[in-house]
Amino acid sequence: MSAQRYTSYMTDSIGPLPYCPGCGHGLLIKALDTALVSLQPDPKNVVIVTDIGCIGLSDRYFTTNAFHGLHGRSITYGCGLKLARPELTVIVLQGDGGCGIGGTHLLNAARRNIGITLIIGNNFNYGMTGGQHSVTTPSGGITSTTPFGNVEKPMDICETVSAAGAAWVYRATAFDGDLSAVLARAIRQPGFAMVDVWELCTAYYSPRNRLRKKDLFDLLDNYKFRRGLITDNPRPEYSEQYHKVYNTGKKKLSFHPPVHVKYPHSIKRQIGIVIAGSAGQKIKSTATLFAEAAMFSGLEATQKDDYPITVMTGHSIAEIIISPQRIEYTAIDSPDYFIVLSDDGIKRAKRRIETLQKHSVILADESLTLPETGAQIVRLPIIRTAKEINRLTAAVIAMASLLKYRYLFPVEAFSTAIATFQKTEIAGINKKAVKAGFALLHK
Amino acid sequence: MYFCNHMKLEFIEGNEAIARGAIKAQCDFFAGYPITPSSSILQYMLEWLPQKGAMAIQAEDEIASIGFCIGAAMAGRKVLTATSGPGISLYSENIGLAIIGETPLVIVNIQRQGPATGSATKGAEGDIQFTRWVASGGLPIIALSPATVGEAYELTYRAFNLAEQYRTPVFLLTNKEIGVTKESVDLSAIPLPPLIRRKRHRSGNLYLPHFFNKLSEVPAISDFGGKYIARYTTSTHDKAGYLTTDPAVIQEMIDHYTAKIEDAAEDMTLVKKDFQKGAETLIISYGIISRSATVAVQKARAKGKKISSLVLQTLFPVPEKTIRAATKNIKKIIVPEMNMGQYRREIERLVRGSAQVIGVNRMDTTLISPETILQQGKLL
Repeated sequence: MSAQRYTSYMTDSIGPLPYCPGCGHGLLIKALDTALVSLQPDPKNVVIVTDIGCIGLSDRYFTTNAFHGLHGRSITYGCGLKLARPELTVIVLQGDGGCGIGGTHLLNAARRNIGITLIIGNNFNYGMTGGQHSVTTPSGGITSTTPFGNVEKPMDICETVSAAGAAWVYRATAFDGDLSAVLARAIRQPGFAMVDVWELCTAYYSPRNRLRKKDLFDLLDNYKFRRGLITDNPRPEYSEQYHKVYNTGKKKLSFHPPVHVKYPHSIKRQIGIVIAGSAGQKIKSTATLFAEAAMFSGLEATQKDDYPITVMTGHSIAEIIISPQRIEYTAIDSPDYFIVLSDDGIKRAKRRIETLQKHSVILADESLTLPETGAQIVRLPIIRTAKEINRLTAAVIAMASLLKYRYLFPVEAFSTAIATFQKTEIAGINKKAVKAGFALLHK
Repeated sequence: MYFCNHMKLEFIEGNEAIARGAIKAQCDFFAGYPITPSSSILQYMLEWLPQKGAMAIQAEDEIASIGFCIGAAMAGRKVLTATSGPGISLYSENIGLAIIGETPLVIVNIQRQGPATGSATKGAEGDIQFTRWVASGGLPIIALSPATVGEAYELTYRAFNLAEQYRTPVFLLTNKEIGVTKESVDLSAIPLPPLIRRKRHRSGNLYLPHFFNKLSEVPAISDFGGKYIARYTTSTHDKAGYLTTDPAVIQEMIDHYTAKIEDAAEDMTLVKKDFQKGAETLIISYGIISRSATVAVQKARAKGKKISSLVLQTLFPVPEKTIRAATKNIKKIIVPEMNMGQYRREIERLVRGSAQVIGVNRMDTTLISPETILQQGKLL
């Protein structure tokens, strides 16, 4: 840019500011302009983000970028702009109303230390909607929604964001002679900076409560709310920290190792397999390996899992379909094979087991008591065998025994899937389990 | 379809395919909040985007998620967010803002059985009309619905193109039955159209954020932090982005938001047709249930019935011309849905009683089987 000097960041092309006579917002906006003039940023690099409320009428009077969003959410847009382009100077103007409805954004922007400057035009009520009480209305304050006096305690916004971790926090009034210097200091802060500016609302709060300039200071004293610099807590700004920790340089992402078809299969139609066991039995991951083994054999596959939200306890049920044709309907209404590995699994799948017909085969651990069923039952010492290798191998043993019971595809495909997708150490154990499971039906 | 040895097959869930589709579309900003069954999209994006030098963040809630996204999108990023039905409720007001702010944005809804918390881990498609009427004001939106894990990848990529081309939020509308179901797929074999980037304002002294000559014209955009001063507002505004109270200007802007989507409905229409000559029965379906419909059609034909199938990938804007043409000589239309008949309303509106429209509906968290479609559609 040229060495152009900006004498103002505001325009009068759309007329004067629309504020009521004596309204603090007018003083605040002019102080912000003076602050910007002292800093001389390129207006194209500045975004004034405003919230809903009287303060939200101000952004259009600036010659910078302007962003006027939903009530209480201005901090989120400011954060989005800053996260996307950390080089931007993002100034968010919000009222005390926005601090209430957008309280969580206030806390979290401060906690994350996202480098926006938040300026609160705090006049203790909602001016735009008719003078209702806000989170900063003094106790006893008369507003259109506290006609008998406010019974709530006002929130100390400065202490709140300081506790949340804001980098720089200051409390001022719109009448302060050094307000523009304070705002300039806040804008220069790399992290999250907030200035809480106490003001008069001459339309509603001031006349209803006979609140004049001098009473503002009394109010502050009454509440023992601190004035001036509240917090100076420099720490790394969010984006800086993010890129330092997360960004290890632009990489080509690597996803899963692909499956290349290298085995034959022997099935003519879609086969549905349900594996019912418990959390911790590696049901889901084994089902995935089995499906991938089918894919190594040129079959299509799908998998769905059912388990409680509390994942370390209760049942774990996986349903896989393998098919030489495209799989359309992904539910298994009539399973071909039902692998049963625990009482949790039986409990969850009881009704399904009971309704199985004779074309279905249950491969169950020898120790389990099955419900009445029409299915053929094959009992195998799965858990016992697993204990000899590793108790986490029961599902792999069961699926390998299924491949012996019925040749769907070569058992080598199962070992290949294990070797491809599991860590060497675990793969070694599971390959033993495949051998043991495949040999079970001989015994 | 038999797999062959040159394919690069993977066994992945729909949510991963969606995240991969976004990466393929050069998405470089993500914000989201955990919710079953969409959470894994958040996890994939938080793992992958930082490695690409891009930004992904878990926000404090859904409102902040989409707020961050809108800010980032207007600063030039290609933006994704993902949630489930309850999260869309919290997105609602900001989606309205994104529509009138003409903000390119892709929103994924991995639907679950609702309303409210519903069955968090179970599927349904109860958000179809909620998607169409997601924001106050009722302006048109774009929504695509994949039927497979592969389509989830493809349509996410296409959703980015539509968001960029039309400067508007675009929904990828699917459900748990695709989001967290794994399927064998070769993403590298899926043909994709060229990547589209938003038209940028590059000449002249002045940038009018909502400038158009013709109502349906999509305004060129200039990023916040770019070469021009940019303005954005949630309030009723004119082409310059300044608040207006002039009824003629207000109506012109509403007509613009409407025309830019509705006039382009045919360009956005993605459907799969399987028409049989002489058939007087047609199944119209979308999403996961279209696969049950496909099997039902195969079974009905195997029994000598003549039957056609129309599968919609574009749900909104409603592909009206395609549906009208497909239903021309049809006497019976079957619309299976995992809701109580939400899209059927669109079909009934279009056929105006010229054909019998039968809904096959359930919202009990289970899929609709091909047999159910055959029975309730009286196709046997």
